[in-house]
Amino acid sequence: MSDGRPSLPRENGARRLSGRRLRLLRSKRAVTGLAILACVVIAALFAPWLAPHDPLQQHLLERRQPPSRQYPLGLDELGRDNLSRIICGARLSLRVGVIAVVLALAAGGLLGSAAGYRGRWLDSLIMSLVDVLQAFPTLLLAIAMIVVLGRGLTNVLYALAITMIPTYARLMRIGVLAAKERDYVLAARAIGVSPGRLLRRHILPACLIPLQVQATLGVGTAILEAAGLSFLGLGAQPPTPEWGAMLGQGRGAIFAAPHIVLFPGLAIMFTVLGFNLLGDGLRDT
Amino acid sequence: MALLLPTLLGLSLLTFALLRFIPGDPVQVMLGEHASAEQIARFRASRGLDQPLLVQYLRYVESLMRGDWGRAIVTNLPVTTELVQRLPATIELGLAALFIACVVGIPVGVLAAHRRNSFVDLLASGGALIGVSMPLFWLGLLFGHFFGYRLGWLPPSGRLTIGIGLEPLTRFYVLDSVLTGNLRALVDALRHLTLPALTLSTVPLAVIIRMTRACLLDVLAQDYVRTARAKGLPEQAVLLRHALRNAWLPILTVIGLQLGSLFSGAILTETIFSWPGVGQLIVDRVLSRDYPAVQGVVLITALIVVLTNLATDLCCACLDPRIRYE
Repeated sequence: MSDGRPSLPRENGARRLSGRRLRLLRSKRAVTGLAILACVVIAALFAPWLAPHDPLQQHLLERRQPPSRQYPLGLDELGRDNLSRIICGARLSLRVGVIAVVLALAAGGLLGSAAGYRGRWLDSLIMSLVDVLQAFPTLLLAIAMIVVLGRGLTNVLYALAITMIPTYARLMRIGVLAAKERDYVLAARAIGVSPGRLLRRHILPACLIPLQVQATLGVGTAILEAAGLSFLGLGAQPPTPEWGAMLGQGRGAIFAAPHIVLFPGLAIMFTVLGFNLLGDGLRDT
Repeated sequence: MALLLPTLLGLSLLTFALLRFIPGDPVQVMLGEHASAEQIARFRASRGLDQPLLVQYLRYVESLMRGDWGRAIVTNLPVTTELVQRLPATIELGLAALFIACVVGIPVGVLAAHRRNSFVDLLASGGALIGVSMPLFWLGLLFGHFFGYRLGWLPPSGRLTIGIGLEPLTRFYVLDSVLTGNLRALVDALRHLTLPALTLSTVPLAVIIRMTRACLLDVLAQDYVRTARAKGLPEQAVLLRHALRNAWLPILTVIGLQLGSLFSGAILTETIFSWPGVGQLIVDRVLSRDYPAVQGVVLITALIVVLTNLATDLCCACLDPRIRYE
């Protein structure tokens, strides 16, 4: 009985997705975003081979040197090569952004689907928890979490994941609530599909698109916030080549050598812009 | 209103937990490394920290209600005193940033929607996209560097030039200088406010432009707008009286929701421009492990956000009778 039918919607789903992919590739925004992100991902993956110098090696005699042929983006206040540090920083920023979103998505998705599917007291309980978490400005909540967890990039990652849970929980709950009443879900339930399978096979696929958009935008936000926390000295600690930390350590030298502050900021902006363009493109398709 | 109570309960639980879950013994942290076992025991008993957790929590809530938010370790001042001194600076900065964002963002959004796909639209949408992608602290550093130090147009740090006398009535310096009729202080306070407020306004500005444009495009596609145009109303009247009025609600909601991101941004902005508000306070005190002060800032900010969201909802209900009936 269940042989032929489940394959039909799946085929449909697959065809719709490929149509969506095509439309995505026609969107100028999405393609620009993808191109930017491709550069960042390549830099992150091949950082050790792409970086022209050791990101930690100090050339103290040449510190604060402006961009030159040998050091295209100049040297920082301790004489370390800016370009190499920025290339290696791509790895850290992407890792923090992606893992924080994946964790938040997993926890938020679980909470949201439980709230939406079970309803009643569980729904009220989870949603009041989400309301409380959402009452805190994200950066403030992240700082409060870091007070508990301690400084460092890994703890920043966990703190940011916690601050992002409410968004995904809400989106998931709304998606599940809407999908729950659809005819095909009612039909599946009527023929006795188990709740777990119902959620996995029939309800969750319908909630994925808004989550996908939010997750893409979320990685950009997480990268911005992680950089902000490192800038404040709460995230990556020296000498780690993290973009926000580079800005924080270089800010004292801005008057003598603006290039130390200029380039890490540009790197953050372009990466986040890439995620925002791709997220916008995904939303429009 | 009924939703407010569980949220307040959750807030107090979370801030209570904050001090209990810090690594190591909180009392040891508060008294410093050299405190003796006897001192620690005495401190524990005097603050009721040897009681069961539930009792401790109830005492905590009770003292919060009484206005006793603990003492800051660094200054040994009551946390509430520090908050009263610092909060006006943050609120003044936030309001100024929100003012800039609304005054610039709404007209630009309207213009972008009106001339859809034109150069103006491209510029506004592109600018908004870059605005939400830009690290605020980086923009602040560049602003401070170029307009503050290089060009010397505006002061890059502080709230008021030293030596300018201003009687702190409300601690909102702009308001104080107006109330006391002190023109020199007013100009000085506004000059100090400009760079931080501009920096802080980028994210809400971008969000307001995008929201205004999107809402107006939605409304402009409605039948009654076509009717208004068909009966020959001037375009300005169609836009402002028919379209914008119906797009107000989501725009207002999104403005209310900016408050959280304003506070987040204020933490970074205040650090860069040495703005003596609660954002700078929390960063300083996290680094010096002054937990009661951190707890105070977290609690007051969350309270303000919750109350503002409530106020926004009420405003929306006032503006739109449909919401009241739901």
